[in-house]
Amino acid sequence: MKREILIDPITRLEGHGKIDIFLNDKGDVERAYLQIPELRGFEKFAEGRPAEDMPQITSRICGVCPTAHHMAATKALDDLYRVDPPPAAKKVRELVYNLFFVEDHALHFFFLGGPDFVVGPTAPKAERNILGVLGKVGLEVGKEVIGLRKEIRDLIILAAGKVIHPVFGLPGGISKPIKKEDQQKYIAGAEHAVKFAEFSLQVFNDIVLKNKQYVDWILSDTYTHKTYYMGMVDKNNKINFYDGDIRVVDPSGKEYVKFKPQDYHKHVAEHVEPWSYIKFCYLKGIGWKGFEDGPDSGVYAVAPLARLNASDGMATPKAQAAYEQFYKTLGGKPVHHTLANHWARLIEMLYAAERCVELAKDPEIVSPNVRTIPKEIPVEGIGIVEAPRGTLFHHYKTDERGVVTAANLIVATQNNAARIAMSVDKAARGVIKDGKVDDGLLNMVEMGFRAYDPCHGCATHALPGQMPLMVRIFDKNHRMLKELRRD
Amino acid sequence: MSDIKNENKPFEPRIVAFFCNWCTYTAADLAGTARMTYAPNARVVRIMCSGRLDPQFVLTALREGADGVLIGGCHPGDCHYMEGNYKTYRRFVLLRRLLETMGIEKERVRMEWIAASEGDRVQKVMNEMAGDLRRLGPLHLEPEAIDLHAALHGEIKPMIQEVAR
Amino acid sequence: MSKPKVGFYWCAACGGCEESVVDLAAGILDVVNAVDIVFWPVALDFKREDVEKMQDNEMAVCFINGAIRSSEQGEMVALLRKKAGLVIAFGSCSHLGGIPGLANLYNKEQVMKTAYKDTVTTVNESNTYPVESYKAPEGNLTLPSLWNTVKTLDQVIDVDYYIPGCPPPSSLLADAVNTILQGKLPAKGSVLAPDTALCHECPRKASKPEKVAIKEFKRPHEIIIDEEKCLLSQGLLCLGSATRSGCGWVCINGNMPCTGCMGPISRVHDHGTKALSAIASLTASNDEAEIAAILDKIVDPAGTFFRYSLPASLLHRKYEAPKEGGK
Ligand code: SF4
Ligand code: SF4
Ligand code: SF4
Ligand code: FES
Repeated sequence: MKREILIDPITRLEGHGKIDIFLNDKGDVERAYLQIPELRGFEKFAEGRPAEDMPQITSRICGVCPTAHHMAATKALDDLYRVDPPPAAKKVRELVYNLFFVEDHALHFFFLGGPDFVVGPTAPKAERNILGVLGKVGLEVGKEVIGLRKEIRDLIILAAGKVIHPVFGLPGGISKPIKKEDQQKYIAGAEHAVKFAEFSLQVFNDIVLKNKQYVDWILSDTYTHKTYYMGMVDKNNKINFYDGDIRVVDPSGKEYVKFKPQDYHKHVAEHVEPWSYIKFCYLKGIGWKGFEDGPDSGVYAVAPLARLNASDGMATPKAQAAYEQFYKTLGGKPVHHTLANHWARLIEMLYAAERCVELAKDPEIVSPNVRTIPKEIPVEGIGIVEAPRGTLFHHYKTDERGVVTAANLIVATQNNAARIAMSVDKAARGVIKDGKVDDGLLNMVEMGFRAYDPCHGCATHALPGQMPLMVRIFDKNHRMLKELRRD
Repeated sequence: MSDIKNENKPFEPRIVAFFCNWCTYTAADLAGTARMTYAPNARVVRIMCSGRLDPQFVLTALREGADGVLIGGCHPGDCHYMEGNYKTYRRFVLLRRLLETMGIEKERVRMEWIAASEGDRVQKVMNEMAGDLRRLGPLHLEPEAIDLHAALHGEIKPMIQEVAR
Repeated sequence: MSKPKVGFYWCAACGGCEESVVDLAAGILDVVNAVDIVFWPVALDFKREDVEKMQDNEMAVCFINGAIRSSEQGEMVALLRKKAGLVIAFGSCSHLGGIPGLANLYNKEQVMKTAYKDTVTTVNESNTYPVESYKAPEGNLTLPSLWNTVKTLDQVIDVDYYIPGCPPPSSLLADAVNTILQGKLPAKGSVLAPDTALCHECPRKASKPEKVAIKEFKRPHEIIIDEEKCLLSQGLLCLGSATRSGCGWVCINGNMPCTGCMGPISRVHDHGTKALSAIASLTASNDEAEIAAILDKIVDPAGTFFRYSLPASLLHRKYEAPKEGGK
């Protein structure tokens, strides 16, 4: 008998999503589809708006990573007006951006993705949330997470005006400098962040890496895909979130291509499927070969694991040490295990924190010179940053007044969409056998995407805890036989 | 008022006219007493100065069923309150640009300087405007609130269509 | 006495409103202690069915954020309306339509065509578009349908109160909960925020001239913005005079003009038109040609003045004359 299982809505991620699982007569998975039911049309209504408003308008794509959209848009404006911001402006932007990475990665690890690991993937669902995490690591830690996030977010407000939807990005710089008397606050916050990141890695080490079963899960084939990887690197091929070239490595870890942001459209393309509002990115040079992994398919991945794979290391010492340990433990580069994203994310958090310390201590960070006034006639601008969830592309064309005539936005999760769809499918095949379905198994299917921390159309945001996981079983005539749920 | 938009009768546009008491309103009165015939489509609202005109009035009129709005004020330099007509003109310029972006044809909102003695000008402007609006046809703004029943039962066309592959 | 029951729900939103609730930080515990949260899909395990089982008006209050643009959302808010004594529209999207409401400048076909066909990196020779119902080899897959027009919450259901802002400052939420708990409710339809214009509260108020006269409007990237002086007096389109206060003038602190997310004060019906009117009348000229030239510098009146409120405006959306033309 043919059955359909529907997980709707999936939880603890940003954005809406829905998983349809089709079983065959034997009760094994025929195919699992991850569908994204969202479209808000930002690319269309960007048209007609002044380009300098893009950083504030596009941040409304997502209230969880508004800073990423704000920054990609701001950089696109630099390019649009062919203007080079003064060094202090670039440093303040990078500082704010790395502060944002710290708090966002912390949010994900402790609130969204962490519960699967820290509490355990098959733990009772009532515990698989932030409260469960706190039960494992102690309430003090919970207060520390909330406290650190607040401290960091207040520092972002001080520089950027608002933390949810910043306002400070302008072509050629930022709206105001950091004041000398505030520098110490940034140094203190950054140093606090380094300690917090080290602590988080320790938690991961103690709770996950010391548990053989978790390690086996990470390494299991169910959560493995051999695809290309993309990430932004500096001139030494070290990870950088704010600026650099885009590097892509093949499934064996060899550099496939490295390109300037301005050339992105020669390398990246998007494919449309009739069953989801999200588009699926692939490498143009290889082409769309369907939901396949391996070197002959254009499917690639972004986000923490992909960034680590696509780089030659981290530009700060403590993060570099953690990077080396990561590959030593997981058997060398590249790592194809999706669940290793959680670990990679913490290594990135440490890098971001260390980078914040460097920038906060830089005497130039308080220079009053933060603006270069644009003089050129605008035509076209491209800005790329690494969002916490992967490479983020903003591309605008304007008329000579700087009014947008066309916009192209590729959000992080779109880059990952094909691989995520494959991960969900494969995880479903791996854990559902002979029609045996229970809550823990279904959660493991969800883990197949949650590791990417997807931000689907960056629409809504799921907080700690869960929504009901709805499982409806249909016969082949689509008559509902049974309804299961987690409660 | 719905009779005017009745499908069976020929369309007669409805114009809401905001006329300054000191000039255009008097001129319209004059046109009336002099029995100059002009299109009988206008509902005239007397305001003490064109400067009193809040652009919200214009949009409210369109929202409430007007097909066009005419604003009449004293000639530049003649406003009894010094700057009133200039203020309104500044607002009008920006408002008209807004309306264009919003897809509302520029003939639907018009501003004219008409002195108290220019009854013939009221006649000419009214006739012109009624003609323009007859050509444009009625303004059908989307209703204020959604008909939830219709929306839920698919009577409002969904956004996605089957596309030939 | 049992604690009042409270629900939270979100529609077409960015998640910023939810983050703003989390940004209550320690304050959220006070809220949780004082009320019984019975529905909050992002955080708690209650579902639609539980809401359906509730008595009418069983929830004391339900906060809803996000604009409304699909039948699914329309259905859900209609249900919540029945079950909640009070419905509060939370955030610009729900209050006025918000930034996603700018989609009302285009129609659904245009939005779809841009997203799935025209964007430079999209490769779609077969003209594939997402469809509501698709027959995959394994079975049928469905997607929700979207409305042509983005709606505010009160265009879909009856709303009791509003909390403005994009996102609303956490403090306004805390105040609202207290107000409700103490039963000191203002008149129905009130916006739960101070009813004064931002300019009155603005730290730069002293440098705002009695009569602002603008010879040249400036765009923020064209000038070095003075950190002390009133932004409007520097020629920037600061909407503070037409916008409600209560946000803590955060954009001004960021040295950028107010774009109006808190919406209008109570005496104003159409925020954008009022703001347009206020700004246009400051043009320092009485010459028709010069007025036009000065105002030409405002390149996008619709997107500037209706940044957060297009669906709530008197026009709601871009007007498209009926195909058959006027009769
Ligand atoms: S009001 Fe602003 S923060 Fe809230 S959902 Fe809408 S865009 Fe996001
Ligand atoms: S116009 Fe803007 S900067 Fe000036 S006083 Fe008002 S809110 Fe403040
Ligand atoms: S200053 Fe204006 S745009 Fe900024 S938060 Fe306040 S009301 Fe909103
Ligand atoms: S008095 Fe006629 S326009 Fe002012």
